[in-house]
Amino acid sequence: MSAADTPLLAVHGLRAAYGKIEALKGIDLEIRRGEIVTLIGANGAGKSTLMMTIFGRPRAKAGRIEFDGHDITGAATHQIARMRIAQSPEGRRIFPRMTVAENLQMGADATESNDVDRAASLERVLTLFPRLKERMIQRGGTLSGGEQQMLAIGRALMSRPRLLMLDEPSLGLAPLIARQIFDAIRILNRDDGLTVLVVEQNANHALRLAHRGYVMVNGLITLSGTGAELLARPEIRAAYLEGGRTA
Amino acid sequence: MTAPSSQLPATHSSGIAFILKKAFISACVALILFSLMIGIRTLPNESGQLTYVTRFPQLAAMVAIVFGGSIVVELLRLWWGPVDTARVIPPSIQSALDFGGRLIAPALLIFALLVPVIFYQQRYILDLAILVLTYVMLGWGLNVVVGLAGLLDLGYVAFYAVGAYSYALLATNFGLGFWECLPLAGLLAACWGVMLGFPVLRLRGDYLAIVTLAFGEIIRLVIVNWQDLTGGPNGISGIPRPTFFGIPLVPGDNGFAAKLGIPFSPTHRIVFLFYLILALALLTNWVTIRLRRLPIGRAWEALREDEVACRALGINITTTKLSAFAIGAMFGGFAGAFFATRQGFISPESFTFQESALVLAIVVLGGMGSQLGVALSAFAMIGGFELFRGFDQYRMLVFGIAMVLLMVWRPRGLIGHRAPTVFLEHNRAIAADLVKEGRG
Repeated sequence: MSAADTPLLAVHGLRAAYGKIEALKGIDLEIRRGEIVTLIGANGAGKSTLMMTIFGRPRAKAGRIEFDGHDITGAATHQIARMRIAQSPEGRRIFPRMTVAENLQMGADATESNDVDRAASLERVLTLFPRLKERMIQRGGTLSGGEQQMLAIGRALMSRPRLLMLDEPSLGLAPLIARQIFDAIRILNRDDGLTVLVVEQNANHALRLAHRGYVMVNGLITLSGTGAELLARPEIRAAYLEGGRTA
Repeated sequence: MTAPSSQLPATHSSGIAFILKKAFISACVALILFSLMIGIRTLPNESGQLTYVTRFPQLAAMVAIVFGGSIVVELLRLWWGPVDTARVIPPSIQSALDFGGRLIAPALLIFALLVPVIFYQQRYILDLAILVLTYVMLGWGLNVVVGLAGLLDLGYVAFYAVGAYSYALLATNFGLGFWECLPLAGLLAACWGVMLGFPVLRLRGDYLAIVTLAFGEIIRLVIVNWQDLTGGPNGISGIPRPTFFGIPLVPGDNGFAAKLGIPFSPTHRIVFLFYLILALALLTNWVTIRLRRLPIGRAWEALREDEVACRALGINITTTKLSAFAIGAMFGGFAGAFFATRQGFISPESFTFQESALVLAIVVLGGMGSQLGVALSAFAMIGGFELFRGFDQYRMLVFGIAMVLLMVWRPRGLIGHRAPTVFLEHNRAIAADLVKEGRG
């Protein structure tokens, strides 16, 4: 069947710009069903922009984005969310004055879902992150950084996504907490078959987690391969794993 | 206990030096400002030339007042503790406070219902109560836009004006009654809310405030200048009074009093107006409370918290913002229609920027998003205005000082606490089941 063959997300020749500054200069990328794909690269390489452009804002200037065979290039963000693509933005961005329960509820609001679905999603999120369960009536702003990241991922999961996009989930977290987050992503992928795109600066962790990886430099994808392949490549080790970039 | 007490004197002594320094700086600023404003006064002499007299004692007095006042304010701050510090309150007192807090709203509601009974003979108090309730309603309406959705609107009075003129024009030109016009006034105001909403979709904060301010002025200026329709600065008079669902509140055989078989009294109409605005205000409150628990209300609050996150969750920002503007405007329109029927006469003078600022101050001081806080602050502000009517020129001064003090001690407004909208009764049951199989 073609449905199984077509990638869940396919990006062809994608270009995007902020004013006159071109952030994406022709990106080709594919994510197949059930894969964890990571996107690594230095600051300002365009990783977050790529993720946001897939989500419809900023709009693509050229190229094509297909989700499950449907063209979503020009679609508005709320239409894209309704196709059950979820993202957890950079810097977590939970709602600080709303309770944990309300934050999670917000994640479910953007897509049409009934109470049964919501209860099931909530149950899944709380199984994955039991710490949130104790914090349900606390305000989001009072959580620790790691808990906020769990909440941000949990909030994205509430819409029962088919593709989950995470922007730097380990940003600013202690190594132990970061590992918990990556473990949770692995569990989601293994047990629920969830397809995940992870944008990361922490290349070591990300490449170990991912089935495949893409390396971005200055708005272009320069390398791609399986996680293990990329980890083994000397230029990757030099640029992203062992400190300073060798020019 | 010993550790804090040994620390206290140290912080106090450094505090005194700090307070004196701050007071001295304030006094210097006051000296510079007041030296020309108060220290020198220009007068024409007999031959018509301008001369000046110096008033150094008054200047010295003003500077001394600023110096002393600054010390008092700083000391008060020291005693009350810095903003946002947790104060240790015994649990018994805390629970009593919580209990009292829960009783405030029902107690106020019962009191409001009984006001016409208690003050039946005092027309002045009834009029004042109607005025307060009008502002409570405006505050609750604006609260949707500013308090919940976080969209700073400085032109709210425009919708009040649209509502008032809608009723006045429809009633005087087409002979429509109040109850037919009320929904129309709300609808028209909501349309204007959407019209304002569209161009400002991308604006936030200061920029949004400026545009809404301009919008308020545009509406007012159109009303002033479109003489054929609105009567311009002369306003519209002879606006029909409200009827008790078709029965006019007038003396005579057809009047409300005659139908009930009781003697006519002009107070009947006042009492009716009171209950009318009370019902409208409660409607506003009820709708807002219901909306807060629906996805749209949650989306408004989320929008106030973080617009980027809302986008990331796929919330439709356009409809969320427009609906906030439209619903806030609709309540403003209702209040406007009420205002027109109560006054019987409207003119552009009633819809100046000062009204917008007053309503905004009510919302901000009450605690953005808090329904009870807005009601309390409307009561305090409008009631307070009346209380200080005798002082006339000092009214604004007292008002300003009260605002500054409130913002120093309660930066989130009178009631800064935000009640959650998602409750966990059935979720708790799920959570309990999960404890056994929980990972991590």
